[in-house]
Amino acid sequence: MTMVNLTLNGKQVSADVPDNTLLVTFIRETMGLTGTHVGCDTSQCGACVVHVDGESLKSCTMLAAGAEGASVTTIEGIADGDSLHPMQQAFHENHGLQCGFCTPGMVMSAIELVQDNPNPSETEIREGLEGNICRCTGYHNIVKSVQAGAKMMGG
Amino acid sequence: MHHTTYMKAGNTDDAVARMADGGQLLAGGMTLIPTMKQRLANPETLVDLAGCGLAGIEDQGDSIRIGAMTRHADVAGSDLVRGAIPALAALAGGIGDRQVRNRGTIGGSVANNDPSACYPAAVLGLGGTVHTDRRDIAADDFFTGMFETALDEDEMITAVSFPKTGKAAYVKFPNPASRYAMVGVFVASAVDGTRVAVTGAGSDGVFRHAGMEAALDAGFSAGSLDGITVDADEMISDIHASGDYRAHLVREIAKRAVAAC
Amino acid sequence: MPEGSIKDGIGASVRRKEDKRFLTGSGRYTADITRPGQLHVHFIRSVHAHANIKAIRKDAAAAAEGVVAIFTGEDVAADGIGGPICGWVVTNRDGSPTNEPPHPILANGAVRYVGDHVVAVIAETLEQAMNAAELVEIDYEVLAPVVDLAHAGSGPQIHENVPGNMYFDFELGDEAAAAAALDSAATVVELEVRNNRLIPNAMEPRAALAEYDPIDDSYTLFTTSQNPHLTRLVIGAFMLSIPESKLRVVAPDVGGGFGSKIYVYPEEAVCTWASKKLQRPVKWTADRSESFLADAHGRDHINKVRMALDKDNRITGLRVDTVANIGSYLSAFSVVTPTILHAPLLSGCYRIPAIYTNVKGMATTTAPVDAYRGAGRPEATYLLERVMDTAARQVGMDPAEFRRMNFIPKDAFPYQTPVALQYDIGDYEPPLDKALEMIDYKGFEARRAEAASRGKYRGIGLSSYIEACGIAPSAVAGALGARVGLYESATVRVDPTGTVNVFTGTHSHGQGHDTTFAQIVADKLGVDIGSVEIIHGDSDRIPFGMGSYGSRSLAVGGAAIAKAVDKVIEKSKIIAAHLMEAADADVVFADGKFTVAGTDNEKGFGEIALAAYVPHNYPHDRLEPGLEETAFYDPLNFTYPSGTHIAEVEIDPSTGVVELVDWACCDDFGNLINPMIVEGQVHGGIAQGVGQALLENAHYDETGQLITASYMDYCMPRADDLPNFKVDYTVTACTHNDLGVKGCGEAGAIASPPALINAVIDALAPLGVTDMSMPATPEKVWRAINDAQTEAAE
Repeated sequence: MTMVNLTLNGKQVSADVPDNTLLVTFIRETMGLTGTHVGCDTSQCGACVVHVDGESLKSCTMLAAGAEGASVTTIEGIADGDSLHPMQQAFHENHGLQCGFCTPGMVMSAIELVQDNPNPSETEIREGLEGNICRCTGYHNIVKSVQAGAKMMGG
Repeated sequence: MHHTTYMKAGNTDDAVARMADGGQLLAGGMTLIPTMKQRLANPETLVDLAGCGLAGIEDQGDSIRIGAMTRHADVAGSDLVRGAIPALAALAGGIGDRQVRNRGTIGGSVANNDPSACYPAAVLGLGGTVHTDRRDIAADDFFTGMFETALDEDEMITAVSFPKTGKAAYVKFPNPASRYAMVGVFVASAVDGTRVAVTGAGSDGVFRHAGMEAALDAGFSAGSLDGITVDADEMISDIHASGDYRAHLVREIAKRAVAAC
Repeated sequence: MPEGSIKDGIGASVRRKEDKRFLTGSGRYTADITRPGQLHVHFIRSVHAHANIKAIRKDAAAAAEGVVAIFTGEDVAADGIGGPICGWVVTNRDGSPTNEPPHPILANGAVRYVGDHVVAVIAETLEQAMNAAELVEIDYEVLAPVVDLAHAGSGPQIHENVPGNMYFDFELGDEAAAAAALDSAATVVELEVRNNRLIPNAMEPRAALAEYDPIDDSYTLFTTSQNPHLTRLVIGAFMLSIPESKLRVVAPDVGGGFGSKIYVYPEEAVCTWASKKLQRPVKWTADRSESFLADAHGRDHINKVRMALDKDNRITGLRVDTVANIGSYLSAFSVVTPTILHAPLLSGCYRIPAIYTNVKGMATTTAPVDAYRGAGRPEATYLLERVMDTAARQVGMDPAEFRRMNFIPKDAFPYQTPVALQYDIGDYEPPLDKALEMIDYKGFEARRAEAASRGKYRGIGLSSYIEACGIAPSAVAGALGARVGLYESATVRVDPTGTVNVFTGTHSHGQGHDTTFAQIVADKLGVDIGSVEIIHGDSDRIPFGMGSYGSRSLAVGGAAIAKAVDKVIEKSKIIAAHLMEAADADVVFADGKFTVAGTDNEKGFGEIALAAYVPHNYPHDRLEPGLEETAFYDPLNFTYPSGTHIAEVEIDPSTGVVELVDWACCDDFGNLINPMIVEGQVHGGIAQGVGQALLENAHYDETGQLITASYMDYCMPRADDLPNFKVDYTVTACTHNDLGVKGCGEAGAIASPPALINAVIDALAPLGVTDMSMPATPEKVWRAINDAQTEAAE
């Protein structure tokens, strides 16, 4: 067992978990935040993307112990009370989601993408979302959402 | 995933000692953790290298030294690398997806020597040097076959150095499904002549192509490769691409890399 | 558009009500649910495509840490547990029935595909179950696999009661008439196509959590289902013999289905069965690898097509011989998909006087194959739109004009095809013209020349499709072998304060029903959309309904809601008439108000609702109190969406890479309730069709191992594989539902593959290439170019 201490959505959390606990398992099962999803077992679908110290990572491909001391942000932690994060709002306005399963990872990837590149082109967005698979939308409205989200985030 | 014991190494010596005790080194985990999830690897002990101080990029005059734990995103974004070896920065910026680049490390990639990984092509194509806890290994001696390297069982990569050259390019033809290299060719003008390293294609892993190198030394242009043949029998053949097609792509992608130099 | 008087009503692109929970991580999927004391089940799956089970040794595993139970097929048989049933069968050409083999929920005696469920290991934690599974030893006697569809009939017999590995041998149409047309044709066009096998890959893997309550001997099953009542019916009545009233099935938020979550699978039955045996909740969540192996796959046909043309290039006849891969067991809709949902579509949007088709459904030692987005209709459209292009090329006509001259003319509706369907309405030229204009068809040759100057081959390809959706009517379906009805149900319950609850038998797993259905109700009742709640997915709360598939939710489920709302309005009018002391006939309802014609007297909808529940002044002699109405709607016919999709591609001859550079489509879905949601459905459908045409392929090797068993090898469309899509509509309103709607969920996946392959062939046609199979991978395209060049040189 390993004691894992980290900041989760701004709150200090600690738990004693088996050493092989993945970060996504820690988030979903130990901490009960089920917005972060698991859609594959080969680290490709991106449904589990969270931010660790501000960078997007696949939480299914990292041990919780490896996030010791880090600041982890999940989809539950980006809205400001009742008002959605601009990227969440942009996905809503532009119908960038259907079944919602890939959405948390997609939004978390999109936020980092725009933080790195405040005015991404369509091509840059499509390439930047290479690590997130969506089966519903055909990506058209996701791209539109990210473009709109970039504008709303101040790009 | 099977039970494992997680520990953090404080420095290189600590890591090597733990490895000697049977520990499995954990760098970015981009290959190891999925493999453990599939229960195809079941290390009893994981030794996390994150705290070993092995991340960082140094200018060493004629070369750039990149610490083993330096992440792909940091190589891709490094002004130093982008200025001195832009092809290397571009290669790092095209590995996997952004989440992989935010976590995966050069040491992990080079040590694993996945036949479709990108970094081995840069190390071999640039004629780099792999530094370990005990020695320096020239690229030409390092990669010994698919998933095989010259590393001893308890030997650990600490850094990789690359001679500076502005005349180099890497072009990747990705596997449409996995996005790993189905064929990736690194072409560089090095002190000892042109080097052409191919990843993704060879059934023994990354390799140099002597025929292309000779042709490019004779005349550095994409057209120089027109008459070159690549042996299809030495290529990987799978559902994504037959040996024939990979052999064709090696030459075609090499031409693009030459044109991009 | 009907009605549509309020801001968020019919026809408005209302932003989705359900978005917020998904965007904030508050969606509640099956895997997110945890019950106290739950156990975890891990399934040991067959590693062989075909084998007899000689022995299973589980003692070591049973003694492992945390293990609570280990079940095998013998335990299942001992408890008399049945398997999943086939929901729709057909009669063979010779009058005999479909051969239906047993499908035990844990393999008993034999395994028939890699991934077949053999042992259920149940433990306190999933990790303990997986650890214990490694200790179970299974002795197999390996048998020869049956993988090659074309020769499945001559392989070793897979099921005792399926001779020649043929489940069914179906026909439709007039064989002699088609033969006569072909015999007398001026031109005969022949084509053989393979509709490649796909794996649905909804992003949420399947999951199930079953809990038994000993106090009232009842079960609750949370499961990833597109149709909770069907699941309840099948598990209750056919598998576990539980009275339906004792089984509650909840399909909470479901992360995509595309058909793959229609069927009742063994895993959810095992969880339900085990929850009583162990008196503990039992949970299973598939990992993606299991999804690849054991979700029902889609498509996988070989079609031989012969089309007859007269001297004026009008189509006079069509014969299609299909061999369909049904896989190792008969999944729920596996039989209907390549037959009833396929053969009647072979007329497409064309006037074809004589059509005949034969479909042989074959058993193979591969995963069960069933409906996947479009289900039979994509296969029909693919072969038809491919042969249309081949024919146009053969007779030297422009493919758009060849289609146009063979379209069923707009004044010919209702149009009776020779393959059972009667199309109620359609007009196929306007969407063709609009799509041609959207993509600048006239300017294509200039674009082709410009691409050639860059060393690229550019091609354009069309597909004019029709589909039959909103599957129905029940009586016809029953006559054709359906074992269920195909109506839909809705209950509209108005609260005393005027808020509205709609209980629908359909299920939303991404389609946006919370919004679209609320728009219908808000529009009809003149209330704010925010005061309408849509409730679905819980068999304890909703009326018995058939779920969502076949683009039926709006056309059947929405129509049921509209009917229930109409009943509410009718009752309200009587209450309003009573309150305003007017005659029923003088009361008019509009904009949420009941008025007495020609007076200032009015009552708001809320006032009427209150009066219904506080019936102090109430027409008790005529009405019961309350304001709640239920409607079951059984449609008169399918609906027939149609349209034209056009793809434009560029091919790099040095690598064979096909780049999809443009897409335009114009669809006729009848009236649109929410154009934004409709457009999203079209986008998603096209992306799946592009996946089929360029990227996706389920590949079994000759030993029956699934080689494409992860995202490392199965190529999912990603954002950078696709362009933006130009989408537009024409409208011919469906004639037989009150909303005039048709259904839009599958159109993109139906229309797009042939458009894309036609574009690839068009790009390569100058080289002499005439055929291309799906998916058009870089290597295949490169080889086609090479072969054509080699041939030309010789």
